[in-house]
Amino acid sequence: MRSDRLTIAGRPLGSRLIAGTGKYPSIEVMDSALEASGAAMVTVAVRRVDLSRRGEGSIMDVLEKRRYTLLPNTAGCYTADDAVRTARLGREAGLSELVKLEVIGDEKTLFPDTGGLLEATKTLVKEGFVVLPYTNDDVVTARKLRDAGAAAVMPLGAPIGSGLGIRNLVNLRLILEQITDIPVIVDAGVGTASDAAIAMEMGCDGVLMNTAIAGAGDPVAMARAMKLAVEAGRLAFEAGRIPRKLHATASSPIEGTI
Amino acid sequence: MHPRKGPRRVGDPGGVIRLFVNGEEHRAETGLTLAQLLTRLELPAARLAVERNRRIVPRERYDDEHLEDGDRLEIVTLVGGG
Repeated sequence: MRSDRLTIAGRPLGSRLIAGTGKYPSIEVMDSALEASGAAMVTVAVRRVDLSRRGEGSIMDVLEKRRYTLLPNTAGCYTADDAVRTARLGREAGLSELVKLEVIGDEKTLFPDTGGLLEATKTLVKEGFVVLPYTNDDVVTARKLRDAGAAAVMPLGAPIGSGLGIRNLVNLRLILEQITDIPVIVDAGVGTASDAAIAMEMGCDGVLMNTAIAGAGDPVAMARAMKLAVEAGRLAFEAGRIPRKLHATASSPIEGTI
Repeated sequence: MHPRKGPRRVGDPGGVIRLFVNGEEHRAETGLTLAQLLTRLELPAARLAVERNRRIVPRERYDDEHLEDGDRLEIVTLVGGG
């Protein structure tokens, strides 16, 4: 969907940058960084309550106070069954129909198990979830997810936390070419500001990142950089870039040279 | 009430039940409700989800859900994540 706001299942968001809430050095830094990023929606994970830390502060105090839209994820799930179970728990805990669906197929790369992902997407769509699947950069898988009722597709740029940026520009371009009725959001692998700008310049509808901000030397500064990068990339996309040419075309007039 | 014949056993009415909460064994009295357990564990019901024997217990049922011997509970919340 190419409109002025990133809109997911009919809900417009205030930012095209979606931020994760993990891996921060402290809740205070997370709070400042998220604010600097301008994110409107943030991801959270579903985990057992730590029974020994009763009544202590949690990130939820901050997230609720700042009124972020919550996007529970199914991180750590390696089967469709686990992902569905986790999604249901996330919905119950977060009071939200949204879910970032992860079904992981490989421990080293955390690449998705696309078969399990597709199966879980179908199940959760039937149960009324708004499913945002974290997927690979394969256009065939993206189409299947779209046809299964996903509210967006979220192809990875590179392995989660790797900071390698968009590894497969061609594949991502193919997805953008063929998926035009739901948002395409790059999720995973962003390392620095230019990676986010590149994704947006190509025509992506949004970018989701966690480690790039939380793991930066100065997370608050990086969050601000990312906010600007996503905006710059989007503006450049909408402005219509010049074509790439092999040879030069002079910028100054030829006539009147002395 | 008839006199008891032997030592009190887990699962006896008026006795003790064994629960598994997030993988840990807990003892509680028979008939304890989920709401009472959460209070005892100092867990506010907001932002929690509870699974009892693999089925999610809706929030509005916490006061009516009487726990039984051998129940396996998963109490989860939302934490930081990407």
